[in-house]
This record gives sequence, structure tokens and C-alpha cells, in this order.
Amino acid sequence: MSATTGLRDGAWSRRVARMALVLAAVAFLVLFLVLPLCAVFAEALRKGLHAYLAAIDQSDAFAAIRLTLLVAAIAVPMNIVFGVAAAWAVARFEFPGKALLGALIDLPFSVSPVIAGLVYVLLFGAQGWFGPWLEAHGVRLIFAVPGLVLATMFVTLPFVARELIPLMQAQGSEEEEAARVLGANGWQMFFRVTLPKIRWALLYGVLLCNARAMGEFGAVSVVSGHIRGLTTTMPLEIEMRYNEYDYVGAFAVASLLALLALLTLAAKSALEWRYGDELAAHAPGGH
Amino acid sequence: MAGRRRVLPGFGLALGYTLACLGLLVLLPLAALVWKASGIGMAGLLHLLATPRTQAALRLSFGAAFIAALANAAFGLLVAWVLVRYRFPGRRLLDALVDLPFALPTAVAGIALTALYAPNGWLGQTLATFGLRVAYTRLGIGVAMVFVGFPFVVRTVQPVLAALDRDMEEAAESLGARRAQTFVRVILPMLAPALLTGFALALARAVGEYGSVIFIAGNIPMRSEIAPLLIVQKLEAFDYAGAAALGVVMLGFSLLLLLALSLLQRRSRRWAEQPA
Repeated sequence: MSATTGLRDGAWSRRVARMALVLAAVAFLVLFLVLPLCAVFAEALRKGLHAYLAAIDQSDAFAAIRLTLLVAAIAVPMNIVFGVAAAWAVARFEFPGKALLGALIDLPFSVSPVIAGLVYVLLFGAQGWFGPWLEAHGVRLIFAVPGLVLATMFVTLPFVARELIPLMQAQGSEEEEAARVLGANGWQMFFRVTLPKIRWALLYGVLLCNARAMGEFGAVSVVSGHIRGLTTTMPLEIEMRYNEYDYVGAFAVASLLALLALLTLAAKSALEWRYGDELAAHAPGGH
Repeated sequence: MAGRRRVLPGFGLALGYTLACLGLLVLLPLAALVWKASGIGMAGLLHLLATPRTQAALRLSFGAAFIAALANAAFGLLVAWVLVRYRFPGRRLLDALVDLPFALPTAVAGIALTALYAPNGWLGQTLATFGLRVAYTRLGIGVAMVFVGFPFVVRTVQPVLAALDRDMEEAAESLGARRAQTFVRVILPMLAPALLTGFALALARAVGEYGSVIFIAGNIPMRSEIAPLLIVQKLEAFDYAGAAALGVVMLGFSLLLLLALSLLQRRSRRWAEQPA
């Protein structure tokens, strides 16, 4: 008798513990993630829908949106080419210094965004290594769009490569070798065999890369110079409006980026649920 | 390997392009940083490090990031555990939500957290009745750093926890171990390497974090001024050498810290593979 009661007590206390843990986790996620997200939209709509739309329907806002899209449109494709090339070299070949190369690819993740912007100012700014030469030739990189692109490329560099390298290492190269033996040339092999095998992981990396590229603040803020309508991306426009006490305006632009973040998360989750096997490197024998 | 190299094309092109990009985008600019920093000389560097304001900013950046990463290790482990081990309605939604800090731009997170924790904000009002101020204090810096670093621990621990062999847990329990004992003696050692990786990633991110912190920090010199902000201020005062030197110091500390953590991780992995 007492043994069964003990067992039931154990099951009961275990269920209570489980409920408590789930509640604690949910409470943390709501407090730290859901509430800030809700706050963005609540603050943007604080003075009503009309004020919200008026805050977005401004030439500065449109210029910021255009610039953000332009920077991402250059930085993301560059990142795709870099990521695929790096993954091909690292995952398919053995060469001395491979581990070092892997560490270098990840390096931008350990560098403060502010430093990522700073290095380009030191390189191309008026006081920088190439500054006087660029000035003499009438080229402006810092406080101009090229600087924004460079800083964005620096901070997003590892995204695609990081997704592809473990996947391609786990997939192995038998199919590519077979394609070669059957007479495919290099590009045929890449577009018909390799790309289909990595497309979902590539898309996954692109989603994360794009979110960061459009949302980057620190690095871009250092090289931008904050020239309204010319070098202010959306995150910088948010900062400028916020510092001018235009809170509805700041949160209105922020709400657009928050929507982009939600879209990114939705697309990312959809990829994970549908193509989970093709995303993660399921090496035999587990992790 | 030699045979493989002959069969698959594109090694030279791929490696060449990778190295060219890394060299031009990362290594050359970092070289410029070190070169510019060396302009102030050893005496200048020591003077910079001896300045109370620099010391305060570095202490704050690394200290707050360390505490935030510790908090993230605890909460991240909790959330990963709940997501992997329990089934409940809304689990997938929560799982997707974990990555929000990766997707939400830091400036947006910064102003949202500030609005939330400001004295008249949703949470700030409640906390104020307990005499707790978060926005415009160091506590706010910690909150922002927890936000940006949170997904790292969950995403490194989650796959390891999911792949964990449950035989050992069951063996421990059948031998009479209590639940807490099993967790501390059996599960935690096996999760330790992943937990350390997540901790290191969250720490590295928090140390350099700028966008989300500067809105909530208050930015009072000596009290709530983080090191990246000090770099920006030096830059705005045209003190390029000082900004570069502080950048090199930050980078050096971060890399040393990451190196130490990766050594610790290697050790914990060996420990995990041979449970006592």
C-alpha cells in the first residue's frame, strides 16, 4: 500500500515540477521577448493610426527605407558568394591552416560592431590610410553609401558560411565526384548537384544575413555621419527621431523593422519544420 | 585526399576568393586598427588604461556582459530543457520566438526595452513601486545584454540535450538517485561543453553590444558608459588613435576571454566523456 502511495506521490511531484518549469520558461520568454515586441507596436500606435501613418509617410522615412534596401541588396549577394566559396573550400578540401581559416571566418562575430565601423574610418576616412588618396581622386567612402555597405558586409560576413560549412561537411562529396566522373564540368556540377543539396540551408543563412544587414546599427552608425536623407538607414533614422523626442516617429519606423523580424522568424521556422533534415548536419553518430 | 582534390574542381578559385574577401574586408581593416593604435605608443596606451573613465567603461562592459551571460546560461538552460523535454500547447511558437533577438534590430530592441522599463513604462511603473529602477541604470544595461545574448545558449544546448542518451539518467534513477541528483551529476556534465559554448557566444556578443544598450543605459561617464560608446565619443572628438587603441584593448580582452573559455570547454568535454 505505502509503496503505491509513494509512487503516486512521485508522479504527482514530478508533474508539479514540470508545470513550474514550463511556467518559469514561458514567463521569462514573455517578459524578455514578447513584451518588448508588443511595446514597439503599442508605442508606434500611441497617438492613433493616423499619426502612425503620417510618421511613415515622410520623405526621410522613404529615403531611409530605400537606403536600407540598397545596402542589403549589395551586401547580401556578396555574402552569398563569399559563403558558398568559403564553404566549398573548407568543406571539400584539406589544406594547411584550415582551422585558422574557420576561426577567421567567425572572427567578425567577436568584434564589436562599433569597432567594425571604426576600422573602415581608419582605412578610408580623411585621416585614414587611403583617405588622402581617395580625397585627391574625389572618391568618398566614409560618410557615404559605400562605407555603409562595407561595414554591413563586415558584420554579416560569417552568416552564410556558418550555415553551409557543417552541412556540406556532413553531406560528403560522393555525388559531386560522381557528377565529375560522368563528365559534368565544374559549373554544371555546382548548379545541378551542389546547389540543390544546399539550397534550403543557403536560404536560411540568407534570411539571417538579411535581417542583420537591414537592422545593423553600431557599425553603420560609425561610418554614416548621419546625413539625413542621404546616409541614414532605417535603424539610424530611428535613433535620430528618438533623440529628437519624436517617439511615435521612431517607433513607427521601428515597427517596420519589427515586422521584418517577425517575417524572418516565420520564414525561418517554416524552413526548419519542412526541411529540417536538409538544414542541419545530421552526422552519423549524433553530435 | 590528393585523389579527392583532383576530382573536385574549384579549390583555387574558392580559396582564393575567400582569402581575398577576408583579407580586404577583415584583415586589412584590423591591421589599420592596430597600426593606428600603435600611434599612441606604449606610454600612451598605459595612460589610456590608467584613465579612470576608460577603466570604468571597460569594467562595466566586461562585468555587465559576464553577469548577463551567466543569467543567459541559467535561463537558456531552463528554456532549452522545457522546449526539448516537455510537450505543451504553444511550444513550437515559443521555440520560434527564441530567435527574436537575432532577427530584431538592436536599435529597435533598445528603444523598446527603454520604453518598457522607463519609470512610466509598463514594467518600469511596477518595478518603481518596489523602488527598483532599470532604465538609465546599470541594471538596464544588463537587461539589454540578456536580451541580445539569450538565443545563443538555447540554440547551443538544445541539440545536445535532444541527442542526449537517456540510458544514463534512467540508470541513475533506478539506482535510487533523486531527480536533482541525476540532473547535477549526470545531465549537467554532459551539457557542460555546449553550455560553455553558448556562454562564450553570449558573452562575446554582450561585450561589444552597442545599439540596444546605449538607449537604455543613460550613458553617464564613470557610471553607465560602456566601452563601445567611449570609442564612438573618441571618434567624434577626432581622437582616432585613442579610439583605435581602446578598440584594440577591447578586442584583445575579448579574444583572450574566448581563448580561455575554449580551453575550459575542451577540458569539460574530456570530463563529459569520462563521467566519474
